[in-house]
Amino acid sequence: MEINFIIKALLYLILAPFIGGLLSGTDRLFAARMQGRQGPPIIQPFYDVIKLLNKQTTVVNSIQVLFVTGYLIMTIFTGCLFFAGGDMLLVFFALSMSEVLMVMAAFSTNGPYSIMGAQRELLQMMCYEPMTLLVAIGFYYAQGSFMVNDLVVAPMPAIIKLPGFFIGFVFILIIKLRKSPFDLSTSHHMHQEMVKGLTTDLSGNNLAFVEIAEWYDTVLMMGIVGMFFITANPISRLWAILAIAVVFFLITLVDNVFPRVKYITMLKVSWAVILVFAGTNLLILNVLK
Amino acid sequence: MIPILNVVNFLILFPFIMAIVIGLLKKASPLRSAVIMIGGFTIMIAAIYVAVTVITSGDTSQFVYLEETHLPDTFVMAGEVFLMCVVCFLSIKYKKYYAILFSLAGTLPVLWMDLTGRVVEGNTHIRIDTLAAVMYLIVGIVGILICIYASGYMKDYHNHHTDVQDRSNYFLALMFVFLGAMFGLISSDNLGWIYFFWEITSVCSFLMIGYTRTQEAVDNSFRALWMNLLGGCGFAAGLMICNMKFEISNLSELTVMGYAPYLVPATLFAFAALTKSAQFPFSRWLLGAMVAPTPSSALLHSATMVKIGVYMLIRLAPVMKDSLTGVMITVIGGFTFFAASLLAITVSDGKKVLAYSTISNLGLITACAGTGTTEGVWAAVMLVLFHAVSKSLLFQTVGDIENCMHSRDIEDMHGLIIKLPRLAFIMIIGICGMFMAPFGMLVSKWAALKSFVDSGSVWLVIFLVFGSGSTLFYWAKWLGKICTVIHQSFELEDITPRSELVSIFPLTSLIIIMCFAFPWMSGHMIQPILNEAFYTKIPDVIGGSDVIIMMIMVAMVFMIPIGSRFLSIGKNSKMTMSYVAGVNAGDDRHYIDSFGKERALYMSNWYMVDYFGEHKLLKPCIWVSAILVAVMLIVVVGGAF
Repeated sequence: MEINFIIKALLYLILAPFIGGLLSGTDRLFAARMQGRQGPPIIQPFYDVIKLLNKQTTVVNSIQVLFVTGYLIMTIFTGCLFFAGGDMLLVFFALSMSEVLMVMAAFSTNGPYSIMGAQRELLQMMCYEPMTLLVAIGFYYAQGSFMVNDLVVAPMPAIIKLPGFFIGFVFILIIKLRKSPFDLSTSHHMHQEMVKGLTTDLSGNNLAFVEIAEWYDTVLMMGIVGMFFITANPISRLWAILAIAVVFFLITLVDNVFPRVKYITMLKVSWAVILVFAGTNLLILNVLK
Repeated sequence: MIPILNVVNFLILFPFIMAIVIGLLKKASPLRSAVIMIGGFTIMIAAIYVAVTVITSGDTSQFVYLEETHLPDTFVMAGEVFLMCVVCFLSIKYKKYYAILFSLAGTLPVLWMDLTGRVVEGNTHIRIDTLAAVMYLIVGIVGILICIYASGYMKDYHNHHTDVQDRSNYFLALMFVFLGAMFGLISSDNLGWIYFFWEITSVCSFLMIGYTRTQEAVDNSFRALWMNLLGGCGFAAGLMICNMKFEISNLSELTVMGYAPYLVPATLFAFAALTKSAQFPFSRWLLGAMVAPTPSSALLHSATMVKIGVYMLIRLAPVMKDSLTGVMITVIGGFTFFAASLLAITVSDGKKVLAYSTISNLGLITACAGTGTTEGVWAAVMLVLFHAVSKSLLFQTVGDIENCMHSRDIEDMHGLIIKLPRLAFIMIIGICGMFMAPFGMLVSKWAALKSFVDSGSVWLVIFLVFGSGSTLFYWAKWLGKICTVIHQSFELEDITPRSELVSIFPLTSLIIIMCFAFPWMSGHMIQPILNEAFYTKIPDVIGGSDVIIMMIMVAMVFMIPIGSRFLSIGKNSKMTMSYVAGVNAGDDRHYIDSFGKERALYMSNWYMVDYFGEHKLLKPCIWVSAILVAVMLIVVVGGAF
């Protein structure tokens, strides 16, 4: 049990950056093709990060480094906890802690763009936090456990009982992964009013750390998407991968189709979606229980 | 081995003696500080002695005392009359006549019952069980530390507020009276006595809030008074029903499970508890309470006043299980948790954010107790413990920051980590303790979530998850303000006196120690409470591998600073200024505008007043919850007749 736990965690630790980096490259390729461009090679994100790691790091203050490192370590920890089969609620608590560390890194710089990004990122967290907790609770209602280890050997896929939760979760994924229309806290284009928001004052090593942490994070999120489909039956894993591919493609599509919204629209829409889909689903589950 | 009864008597009476002594020492002097320090630590040691003896005894049913209480009863009666006279006198003095009504309505019927011999006699009056022992620890440690803090604080306070008449002896004396009443309340099992101490705390908090005697202070203090006296009336009604209809005199007799008619007095007591714990619709008194000097806020918010309400609700939890009262209490609590956390986003006054956060957290505790499940009570007691420590630390730090910077506005705490590094660091620990992952409050919130899920309270789950989102927002943005590093800033003089640090350092360490100690606390302090209330054993609410992972997380929080030090070795990072689109004017707080002029640059936090502002949200919240309370009282109490 213990050994199993450690092996799974190590596997995630080693494989996740490769998968995450490839996902990020795919995302860029998809986006380019949707816009009728050739796009970068799929391993471009790795080139970027290697280059960043080799550059001289410019920092605004020394605390910044502390927070960014903390963010990377906590994100990896969260992912390990999930893939090793830990407690779903604890995974989400640890996740929000790592996010807070990232926000603190931006706050600490005292730069106007960074702080604006930080405030907006906090708001984004406020938007998706209810849903992440609800996902854990939904799994508990459906399968009777908070432990990922127990959830992956469920007799039937959770999606059957939790369709509303799934819709809600995919919705907040757009916010969580900072994709347009909800990329308020950062933007992928330098010339916008936000500059790079959250990461404006990061460079070199630190920026590379953030990129790597985001890869880990993406893999974790996709893992949770997969959880909705996984059962004791090995074939279900194929379904899970298929679902992940569809969701990932969908998010890229949404990213390219919609323009950024105002923060209050995001708050209203996301809470409404969570309440309507996940909330109703929860009520129904409770009645059926 | 000193008999516990003697120590308990000492704990109830000695603070009152302390109050008289301090009241005589008019001027702030080393002598007064020494008296407070020595007296305070004596009380603390006595409280810990009682708590440890009770907790380690293994059988708490032996600690019941005092069957014949003619003399103390006379005192209690005289005390009630005295309190009533104080309220009447001050109400007339400040022309707030409505307070007299509440006071008379709460006191006279009880007096009539006492004097005409309708009271049930002969039961034990004092009973120390594990819940009382845990409360002893809170009052004894946190409460006393606040008093010690106050002795130094009041001196600084009057240096800054020269317009306020120096009555610090009176203020400090009141704090000790408060502690005495707290010890009395948690030791008593007799409802009449509980009622008496309950009223002392109401009047005491009223006097403390009105300390500065400004118009605002007077208004706010009378608001606190009438709300708490209204709760007191509810308590008095419950007390009379218990004595005259059911012929029971003790709280422990009321809280045996499964006898439906007892629900009527229990509901009245729960109503009183709602007012004490400042749940919506009674929250406004606690918000107004911050006009008083900081130690009183710290005392009211963390160790005493508001904790009495939830203490009562935790006691009543077995009765409320699966009843309409329980459902209504949980809904009011859950609603308060959510609404207060939204309101906390919109205010920038540090103390006000803390006040809303107290209301919000108490809502959570109320909701937990209202579920009446074992897991709910587990979470409630844990929350009480963690909240008491974190909140008193936060109030004290805000008070010190105010003394150093002459402002307690969160916007002015911009760059606190540079300006006042020591206080900033303590504040960061305090704030993290309120909402971050490996720290105590989150552990309890986690347990609360589990208990709501298990008891099938879907609405509470929804309140809790949305409330967590907004809680995260208002704490994290405050944390961000503190962590902002502003260059070329100077360190302010940290004038925090040593007597305040005597209080602040232990509290800071307690937060960290409790992170590690919570599995032990669960086993030795909270499990016995559940045994006493429900006669059942529960499996560990948070146990096994989760505890280990939590410990790893706590360790990591402290490892990361060291780790990042190593990672940066060998890298010579270049220092630069933050990005201001290339128009920095020498530092990161000014930029050159398009006319070539230098302009100041400042990013304020988000408050979203237009959406969640007090002017928009407060009234509807009060109305909604007032209707909930009215429905509860009408259906449960009215339905019984």
